[in-house]
Parts: sequence; C-alpha cells; structure tokens
Amino acid sequence: MLSRIAESLFWIGRYVERADGTARILDVHLERLNHLPPAEQRSVAVELLAVMGGRSTEESFGLSELLHALAYDKTSPTSIAGSLAAARENARRARETVSSSLWESLNTTYYGLNQHRKDVVGTYRFCTWVLERTSMVRGLADTTVSHDESWQFLVLGRSLERADMTARMLSTRDVHSTGMSWVNMLRCAGAYESFLRTRRAAFGDEHAAEFLLLDRLFPRSIVYALRDADECLQTLDPSAQRVGFINDARRIVGQARTFLEFHRTDDLMAELPEHMERVQKAVSQASDAISRRYFNHAPELAWVGELS
Amino acid sequence: MSDLFEQYAAASERRGAYDEMFAPGMQTRRSYGQVAGALDALSLSDVTARADSMARTFLDRGVTFDFAGEERPFPLDIVPRIIPADEWSLLERGVQQRVRTLEAFLNDVYDKMAVVTDGVIPRSLITTSAHFHRQVHGFSPAGGVRVHVSGIDVIRDQAGTFRVLEDNVRVPSGVSYVLENRRAMAKGLPEAFGQQSIRPVEEYPRRLLSALRKTAPAGVDDPTVVVLTPGVFNSAYFEHTLLAGLMGVELVEGRDLICRGNRVYMRTTAGEQRVDVIYKRIDDEFLDPLQFRSDSMLGCPGLVNAARAGGVTIANAVGNGVADDKLVYSYLPDLMRYYLNEEPILANVDTFRLEEDEAREHVLDRLDELVVKPVDGSGGKGLVIGPDASRDELNALHKRIVADPRGWIAQPVLQLSTVPTLSGDRFGPRHVDLRPFAVNDGEDVWVLPGGLTRVALKEGSLIVNSSQGGGSKDTWVLADSPQVPVERAPRPSITLREQVSVWPIESNWQDRQSDQQQQ
Repeated sequence: MLSRIAESLFWIGRYVERADGTARILDVHLERLNHLPPAEQRSVAVELLAVMGGRSTEESFGLSELLHALAYDKTSPTSIAGSLAAARENARRARETVSSSLWESLNTTYYGLNQHRKDVVGTYRFCTWVLERTSMVRGLADTTVSHDESWQFLVLGRSLERADMTARMLSTRDVHSTGMSWVNMLRCAGAYESFLRTRRAAFGDEHAAEFLLLDRLFPRSIVYALRDADECLQTLDPSAQRVGFINDARRIVGQARTFLEFHRTDDLMAELPEHMERVQKAVSQASDAISRRYFNHAPELAWVGELS
Repeated sequence: MSDLFEQYAAASERRGAYDEMFAPGMQTRRSYGQVAGALDALSLSDVTARADSMARTFLDRGVTFDFAGEERPFPLDIVPRIIPADEWSLLERGVQQRVRTLEAFLNDVYDKMAVVTDGVIPRSLITTSAHFHRQVHGFSPAGGVRVHVSGIDVIRDQAGTFRVLEDNVRVPSGVSYVLENRRAMAKGLPEAFGQQSIRPVEEYPRRLLSALRKTAPAGVDDPTVVVLTPGVFNSAYFEHTLLAGLMGVELVEGRDLICRGNRVYMRTTAGEQRVDVIYKRIDDEFLDPLQFRSDSMLGCPGLVNAARAGGVTIANAVGNGVADDKLVYSYLPDLMRYYLNEEPILANVDTFRLEEDEAREHVLDRLDELVVKPVDGSGGKGLVIGPDASRDELNALHKRIVADPRGWIAQPVLQLSTVPTLSGDRFGPRHVDLRPFAVNDGEDVWVLPGGLTRVALKEGSLIVNSSQGGGSKDTWVLADSPQVPVERAPRPSITLREQVSVWPIESNWQDRQSDQQQQ
C-alpha cells in the first residue's frame, strides 16, 4: 500500500485514541479542579496541561483556559477537538481506502464538535460524547475494514497512543498536591470494576498502579497496549529472522514491554514517574522509527528549471 | 435571592415546618451559603437543563427501582440536603448508640431473654412479633455480629430536633442512591461544591466488605463474600448489582448456592467454591425453605442450619426483624438504659402502644389527628395519616385496630423538615427524612457520613417512600472546619536524579544507525 495512506491510517488510530484518553483524563480531573481555591486551581491547570504535552502561554491560565486547551482548541493537536479534527483530516486524505462508514463517523464527529456548551457542566457532557464517538469509530474500524495491512497500521497507532495515554493518566495523579484517589484513576481508565474483580479486598495504591501498568488482560493497561503494538509490527513485517532484528520500532516496543512485564520491584510507587517517562519516550521513539521505516518521506522535490 | 425562590417564604410559612436551608425570614443558614450562591447565579433554564441532564444520566446508568414490575428512575433533586458538622456528630453518636443497643437486644432475645426476666419488656411482645424466629434461637452467629448493616430513619420535627422514626435492621436499602447521587451532583451542580469540604461517601463499599470479611466464621483466612439477591425482579435489584460490583464479589441467587455438611458452596465453572459470608438481601421468610416458607424458590435449603453450625455468616442475621418491630421501637429508650446504661442521644417520636387500653381509647377518639402504622410494615405500606384520610378509611382503620391492637402503633403527625426542591418552574419547600447507614464490624460502628435523604415531591405530602412518589436528594455532611485550608505537606518532588533508576540506560544505537543510513 501507499506509504502516504499507511501514514494517514496510523495517525487516525493515534488521534482517535488521543481524543479518547484526553476526554477520560479531563473528565476525572475537572471534578477535582472544581473544588480547589482559584490560586491552586491555576497552578494545577498549568501542570495538568504540561503533563498532557501543552505549554501555557497566557499569564492567567485558569480553568476555562484549560478547558479550551484540552477540549475545544481545534488548532492544537493535544486537545480533543484538535485530535478529532486531525483524525478526520487524515481520513479525508485516505478516503478511498477507509470504509465509508468509518469516514462518515469521523466526519459526523467533527461536525458535532461545536454543539457543546463550553462551561464545566457542558464539558462533562462533551467528554461523555467524545467517549461514545471514539468507541463508535473504533468499532466501525474493527468491523468494516478488512484486517489487512491498512488496518494493522490503524491498530498500531491506536495501541501506541493508548500506552502513551495510560502513562499520562498515571502521571496526572501527581498534579494534585493531595494526589488523585485511585478510585478515580481507575474510573478514568474504565478499569474500576475489572480491577475490583481481580483484586477483591486487597485495595491499595500499589495494586491499582500495578493494574494499569502491568495487567496482562486489561486492554487499557500499558503492557497490554504495548503487546498489541508489538503484534501489529510483527504482522506488518513477518520476515522471520533467527537472530537479532531489523526493525527498530519492534526493538523499542519489545524492550519497553518486556522490561515492564518482567520487572520485579518492591516499590512500584517510587519508580512510577520513571516508568511513565520511559513509556512515553518509547512511544515517541517507536513512532519515529515506524515513520522512518514505512512512511519514507521523500526529500522535498523542487522543480528546478533548466539553467540556460 | 433569585426569582426561583419567589413565593418560597409564603409556601414555607404555610407548611410551618423547620426549613433546612432558610431560617425564618428567608435568612440562608450558614451551611447553605455556597449552594445558595451557586443557585443564585443560575437562571431557570440553567436549572431545568441540569435537572434534565441529571435525570437522563440516571436513566442511562440504570439507577432505578422496580415498581409493579416496571423499572423507574429514582428522581434526584438538584438542591442538596446539607448537614453541618456539629449536627452530624450528634446524629452519628445517636445512630451508633442505637445500633449497639439493637445488637445487644437481639443477642439477648435469641438467648436468655434477660430483658424479659428483668421486666423491661413483656415476653408476649417479643413472642408475638411476626419476625421473631424461633428457628434461630439459642446460637450466636459466626463472627458475633447480627446487625452488620442498618438504616436508622431520622426526621426533624418543627422545633428542629432530630428524632428517630424507625429502625431498619433486616435489609435496609437505599445506599446505592447515596453513592449514585453524589456522582451525579458532582457533575450536575459543580459550582455548589466550591471549596467547602464535603465528606466523601465512596468508601462505603470498602467498609462494608471489610466488615463482612471480618465477621467471617473463625478459621477462614481469606473469606469469600457473596451478595445474595432474590433476582432481577426485586425492587432493589439495582442496588444489589451495584454493591456486588463495587465490592468486587459475586452476586448470587438462591439457585447458585448449595448447602452440604453445614457448609455453603456456590456453583462455578471451576467446580463448587466455598462461601463464607453471605450478604443477604432476601427477606427471612424466603431464605431457607427448610425453616421458613417451603414454597420459596429464592433461597437455598439448609442455610439456617449452616449458620447455626457456624459454617457460614449471614449478614444481617436471620431473625433481626424482631428489633425493628415498631412496638419494640417504642421501648428502645428503656433498652438503651438497660443494656448500655446510657440516656438516648436521639429521641424517639412519641408513640402510643395500642395494646394498652388507655392509650387505645385515646387514639381511637383521635384517629383523624394521628398517624397510624402497622408494626411490621416498611415502605410506607398500610400507613394511614389521619388528617388526610377519608371518613371511610378511618372507620375501616378503627375496626382493624380493635381487631388486632398488637398490629398497630399511633404517632402524632409530625411536620418533617423541608428543603427547597425544584417543582415546575420554581423551588418549593418539600418534606424530607434521612436514613443514615451504619456498618458494624463487631468492634466499631461506622456511620456513612450522609445517608439517603428522601423527599416527598408532592407539595404538603409527608410520605417520602420511592414507591409513593418520593424522590431523593444528595446529602452533604460538612467536614469539621470548612474554612481552614487543609494543611498540606510539601509535595515530594520526585525527580529522576534523586532516585535510583531501574530502567536500563538508553542505547543510542538506533539513532546512530539511522544517521548513517541517511548519510
């Protein structure tokens, strides 16, 4: 398939997952932010934005600016609206490849972005709406696109972004001075009930962090998402090599996953910030490597007229 | 005050009840300051939009109760009911005292009945109680607790005094709405939370689970807890699923259980698994066809024997109903003095015992001024409010009381306190009660800060039951000193340099390679 199309699909996967993750994070943090005194609200808002990969330029960055930056700013790729707009733009460029229902669902989502009140209560509804729309996009991608190479790129992007988003979600816990409750962190990942069923009475910080980071069966855990990415890479490049590797992306994803999966520790909480940083770094390196390997940007060609 | 509160003062005056939000003269009480401010800033369309969205969320999440086979949403009103710290501390202590008394009473009733021997309460009263079960006489349950979970209904009278209206120690329900209401309010009226600290309710399932595990039969290291539900047609089925989900335990029906050798097992894909603690949400009558109704399909034969043999803990214990008999209720102040040697912290509502001739004469003459209730009823069933009843109803009631004086009690009509409640296009005063929930793990009685506030949505109505047109309110208990900012420990700034790094050192190999490739 065309590199250009593959790249579009990869980014559709990433952007849709980013919108989903950001909506989840925003939803739980809003509740907490709302209860803080204005001064603290501002500092937490700035930190939250930083964790999500944004920089505040304004002097008085407060709650409503945060909402704009993370939810409604169409020009920023870190915001929900920006991600969904970018996903739709990518789908538009690959329109002949993606199924029409997938395109339509992204397009409908794009046009629905403006139909929300931009205050706190409206944002809660906006987040819920985003979760519904992104689930729909994912469902359509899984059921109306052949699971061929193009779909693998989509899932690859999605899985990498999911690992990244879960890592950011875990990092956002520290932006509040008193820490977010783990109940909320788990709710944020939609993992609360699943977690309770596996852990029963043993309910501690450590266990919740472990679940979101290392669980082998929960689809939003980092290890699970990285394994998905690994499998996609394997399917995309099945050349079985007996020794070594030829694909940087696989090495990066594989190393991160195996390190986490087989890491033994007595103090997960102390190590958490490092894990989060390394996971995010691995994702961005893997993304670069994939792009070098598959998307192969031609050096810009410029027409130079014949010199006379 | 915004025009949403127009005519509130007049309506409130008409009711003549204690208002939780406004002191006389429409002075906002201090605890309601933040909420009043938030409501002030909203217009009618804002308020209705939010109320609608809260109602939709409830329906979407399936927060319903079953009424006559139909799932209905339990309406949540947008104005919370707020209890300041000092009032709550009184309620908390009162509820704890009550639970300890009921626990002691039940232990006594199913054992030596010292309370009868000592002449505090007549024997006939206990033995004629519909929920006194001889089947569970003479053993103390495994784990030693009978009233694991209780809901003590409290109301506030005209003078603003809290009084206990009834005790529920069989299968008190409603705690799921407490949990759901808080979640809905946090999203529906975020402004009102502001900076005051409202005590959280989310730890309830954890407290309950830990109490249930703690009261498991002796010698079980890692007890398995289950919630026993009558099934999907029960009015509180939603609550059963929510609690089981939040505790992370199995929700079982009677047919999932087997008793063998005085042990209880559940059928699982991995074979039979031992069950140690059953959180029972079935009425005693249906629990065990060997002991109670033999036609019950909901229970499991042999449970009572297993409990007697100490092989399983049933929470709440079988036979608790004798303690929430409304005639026993009227003796509770005496029981507190008898068992705990304490004066009651929360008063009862004055109650006429109709078996006493003098009281009966007095009541029968004044049926139109009193509330008459069946002693074993719950959910407002069979209750007659004199002033609202027709002549025919009163005549019928008269006959029934004469025929069965043991079956009824009478109380004066109390104007329950009111809280502003959205009705049509403005707020009106509506009567509320309060059901705090207490969890007893054998050492401590923990009272969930808050509880279920039920509200009668019809103007002037005093019946708050969900099956009779009641709704609910989120109940906020303010923490001790809301104005003092919480002392914060300096944030541990974890930087990567300070701690030992556990990841392997990054290799730059790939970067070099790609550089080479590009060259």
